Amino acid sequence: MSSTDVLGRTEGGDLRLAGLTKRFGAFTAVDSLDLTIPQGSFFALLGASGCGKTTTLRMVSGLEDPTAGQIFLGDQDVTDAKPYRRPVNTVFQNYALFPHLDIFENVAFGLRRRGFKSVKPQVETMLELVELGHLAKRKPTQLSGGQQQRIALARALINQPQVLLLDEPLGALDLKLRRQMQIELKRIQTEVGLTFVHVTHDQEEAMTMADTIAVMNQGRIEQLGSPAELYENPATTFVANFLGQSNLIPGTVETATDDVVTVSAYGRRLTLDAGRCRSVSGKVILGVRPEKVQLAAAEADVPSGRNVLSGTVSDTSFIGVSTQYLVKLPSGEELSVFEQNTGREIQRPGAEVFVYWDPSQGFGLDGDQDIEAGAALDEEGAA
Amino acid sequence: MSTSLLDKADPPAQQAPPEERRQRRNLTPWVLLLPGLLWLVLFFLVPILTSVSASVQTGNFDDGFKLTWHWANFVDAVKPYWRQYLHSGIFSVATTVLCLALGYPVAYFIAFKGGKWKSLLMALVIVPSFTSFLIRTIAWKTILADNGSVVRVLNDLHILTVTSKLGITVGTHVLASPGAVVCGMVYNFLPFMILPLYTSLEKIDPRLLEAGNDLYCSTFQTWRRITLPLSMPGVIGGTLLTFIPAVGDYVNAQLLGNASTGVVGQSIENLFLRKTDGYPVGSAMSVIMMVGTLVLVMMYIRKAGTEDLI
Repeated sequence: MSSTDVLGRTEGGDLRLAGLTKRFGAFTAVDSLDLTIPQGSFFALLGASGCGKTTTLRMVSGLEDPTAGQIFLGDQDVTDAKPYRRPVNTVFQNYALFPHLDIFENVAFGLRRRGFKSVKPQVETMLELVELGHLAKRKPTQLSGGQQQRIALARALINQPQVLLLDEPLGALDLKLRRQMQIELKRIQTEVGLTFVHVTHDQEEAMTMADTIAVMNQGRIEQLGSPAELYENPATTFVANFLGQSNLIPGTVETATDDVVTVSAYGRRLTLDAGRCRSVSGKVILGVRPEKVQLAAAEADVPSGRNVLSGTVSDTSFIGVSTQYLVKLPSGEELSVFEQNTGREIQRPGAEVFVYWDPSQGFGLDGDQDIEAGAALDEEGAA
Repeated sequence: MSTSLLDKADPPAQQAPPEERRQRRNLTPWVLLLPGLLWLVLFFLVPILTSVSASVQTGNFDDGFKLTWHWANFVDAVKPYWRQYLHSGIFSVATTVLCLALGYPVAYFIAFKGGKWKSLLMALVIVPSFTSFLIRTIAWKTILADNGSVVRVLNDLHILTVTSKLGITVGTHVLASPGAVVCGMVYNFLPFMILPLYTSLEKIDPRLLEAGNDLYCSTFQTWRRITLPLSMPGVIGGTLLTFIPAVGDYVNAQLLGNASTGVVGQSIENLFLRKTDGYPVGSAMSVIMMVGTLVLVMMYIRKAGTEDLI
């Protein structure tokens, strides 16, 4: 392939956003965003509704004009390029298939507009890729949601865009189909090797598919990293709460060495790795994921070297694969604990217990932030 | 045959016996249809049959009309009146085309750019129709009057010199010309074009246009490839709603035209009201117009292939 083709598409083009800003009147939807998305990666923009993720996507596709900032594809500035002149295609939230055209023509649409004479082989290959070759003559309304979704994907992919934008593409599907499509999308992305930028409010979806996730909040990126990085080492309470569940315990740093930080909280001393602690003096928030916490009936049963808190079981939900506990601390706060079903005795509500975890599993956050940030949003997103 | 089936179904005791129930069920649609059917028979079927039968009768008011299967009426209904058919055809086609050309942008603008003003703008389109059709048409006499500003501006710009050469206007006047007739018709039928166009344009999901834009369509291409095909039901509906009444319209030709802009409607009126033996030929003309319009409309719908769009 030549280095530049008719659409000005260049090889080796990362998508780069520089100071990208969008204001709607007094409301700042996207606030001076700087971001580089490497070519060939599966990138997720994750955030609650209204966080600016869709606006960012629309600016990349050209459907929205940025108030300030620039968009680069490779070394080319496409900020002012019309949407139909960008080597970027979108899979729309509700698919936006053309109802007056059959599936074949829907998929062929982009190629035809670019003046390709023979489109049949490409369309057939693409329909094969999404495994819907037998539906070529149907109209979009005759297809199920999942099938329409795959056609929308094929219609965008056939143009071999430099960047494929996916705007909550699985939002309209039911849970089972969504799972299936997540795997499918990942497979297709690996197969075609294009850059996918995926916008979603579903943290599980982002974690399943993306190589890199950017968590967005109020027009800014809270944290950027691999799913594991974000989950294990959230940078803010927002990320800790939005991405999965976290037990966040406010405390004060007592001592800090190069390896270990000791925090006093609820009258107990808790330790954590200095490397996972974002603040080593004053107020901190100590976080630990529920599945990293275990229960013991007596303090003597707790292995040595663990962080320990005592409390009362206030709620027990047996899920089967695990049991989820809510443990009320004497201070009134509740910690959640997910215990895998390893055949251990189930603690009933009212039982006095000790919760403990390996200090290396905790993370420390700056104490000067809203401890609840992002928690309600996650519930909203999951609903 | 079905009794055995019903026996097996074991109907609950409180229900009427199967036979009676089925009869009642079979009657219900007919009872519901009856008022409409009566209306259609009385005011549609009977008059049509009367017209058709009158078209092959002979006679006059004094001696009465007799069904003589006088097919020559149809020759008399065409030969002396070919100019009127031509005028009706030209005026209605011109009106439909102009209504489409004027109405489409209006409907498009209201549907896509109207925002919160949509309802108000659509009301503005319809509100003039609250005034009588006749009064609105007569108002055009004032608008297009020789000493009015419209004619003055057109004369100053020497537009009337050109249009008069083309036979649209007459000399330095607009009134009493084919142009004035078409102006009046376009004005009167425009809402009937805009309404269905607006309805079908308004239904188009703007995201489809964004998708078109995303898939290498310029603004015009998006309109050509997506908006236009999706608005075809409105285009067809609007053109039919404009063309069909325009073919039969003669008020505009009467009020805004001149002696040489006569349309079929005027001739039929003359034959019916001002001649004692005009009924048969007048009826024949009506039949020709009805059948002609029907055939044209059927051909049009067939060609436009609406079933694919609805």
